[in-house]
Amino acid sequence: MWKWLHPYANPEVSYHFTNKLLPWLTALAAIFLSIGLVWALLFAPADYQQGHSFRIFYIHVPAASLSMGIYVSMAIAAFSSLVWQLKLADASAAAMAPVGAAFTAIALITGAAWGKPMWGTWWIWDARLTSELILLFLYLGVIALHNAFEDKNLAGKAAGILTLVGVINIPIIKYSVEWWNTLHQGSTVSKLGKPSMSLDMLWPFIFCFIGFALLVGVIICLRFRNEILARNSIRPWVRELVQNNTTSNT
Amino acid sequence: MTLKVQSTQETENLTAIIDNSVIENTVKSSQQLSYRHAFMLVLKRDLTIAMRHKDDIINPLLFFVIVVTLFPLGIGPEAQTLSRIAPGIIWVAALLATLLSLDRLFKSDHLDGSLEQMLLSPHPIFVLVLAKIFAHWLITGLPLILIAPLLAVLLHLDENSYTALLLTLLLGTPVLSLLGAVGVALTVGIKKGGVLLSLLVLPLYIPVLIFATSAIDTAALGLPYSGQLAIIAALFFGSLTLAPFAVGAALKVSTN
Repeated sequence: MWKWLHPYANPEVSYHFTNKLLPWLTALAAIFLSIGLVWALLFAPADYQQGHSFRIFYIHVPAASLSMGIYVSMAIAAFSSLVWQLKLADASAAAMAPVGAAFTAIALITGAAWGKPMWGTWWIWDARLTSELILLFLYLGVIALHNAFEDKNLAGKAAGILTLVGVINIPIIKYSVEWWNTLHQGSTVSKLGKPSMSLDMLWPFIFCFIGFALLVGVIICLRFRNEILARNSIRPWVRELVQNNTTSNT
Repeated sequence: MTLKVQSTQETENLTAIIDNSVIENTVKSSQQLSYRHAFMLVLKRDLTIAMRHKDDIINPLLFFVIVVTLFPLGIGPEAQTLSRIAPGIIWVAALLATLLSLDRLFKSDHLDGSLEQMLLSPHPIFVLVLAKIFAHWLITGLPLILIAPLLAVLLHLDENSYTALLLTLLLGTPVLSLLGAVGVALTVGIKKGGVLLSLLVLPLYIPVLIFATSAIDTAALGLPYSGQLAIIAALFFGSLTLAPFAVGAALKVSTN
């Protein structure tokens, strides 16, 4: 596996790899998202209890689970950068952090919008909502730390350590928040009684989920490319690339 | 001829003796600076420095007291409301006071260069960092614990919960120092690290806050709160074993 992987430690190789990857990812994301969203928002049956407002579920749930998934992959990248000193892993973690923060924010906002008709308030200190909010704080901390350093290599390492500390803490925070909620509030809000989903609802959800995951892939690839270019701007291959681009454009 | 041989032998002996003594000395010094000794040295040094700058000890305490007195002014003097929110107020104020005092954990050492010397020393960073954090806790955590009962009186805390308050503070404030040290170590090289530090560290303090306040609340109802205490103790030992490693790695990054 190492033999297969190690060429990608070279920034130029991985830059061209993302170049090849991008059109496929973009096309797939567009297909899955358009099918999934149209199916989910127009044709999927309405929930018998929640009516049409439950449709936000098709955006809310993928965003929420992706927001956690991105943090875990950031932690994996940070770990491999600390252990194997891969500078590109730092770049990928830096590319992921704002995307993760954005998806966490989407999950929170859609959650609030869903909560308004269902629970009657925009915000409830529900265990899941609270831990999602704390996840947003952790993301913002990583981004802020990354921005505070001038030297991007140092920034990557520092943010990596923070990410790893955060990933150890996330389960602790999550369970403590769940515990706190049950202690303090008892049974004020019963969690949305999850009806075992019927297939008409499940399929569009799967399409949406895969579509959003691919969308995340696309955005991260774009940001990762930019990170590579920014970090290697002195290298000759980047200069050649830029010169070729400008000549072909004119 | 023989004389010459003797003299060379003598010089050899001499050099051998010198070598031996040098080796003995180094062995001795490394033996003298066992882990415990290194720990005690750093601890003593930090405590001495702190005793010479007493403001650093007193100011966070004053902050703690003032923040706590602000709450009754803002919320109203009803004893019932105050006793209901007292655990939360005391704990949140303790978090903030710890946060204020964290800065001095590595900052001055970083500025005068002694931090780098410490990192270059042959002793494991784990021990040195642990000593510094312990000193920090003695300087800031312990006074907080001592003054907390007084503030609890001001806030009409339920009488049953005093032991719980003290026990949670005793177990919880070391966790605050340990986790905070990670944040300080990450931001020590940054010029405007103060606000950033709070952004990094406060989310990590949430579990301690939750379990500590719930232990105090449970104690007020007269129920057993050993479960919450056990979890805070688990957090304490977990951060005691893991945080110094993270601090060491972060310091290496910060001092570059």
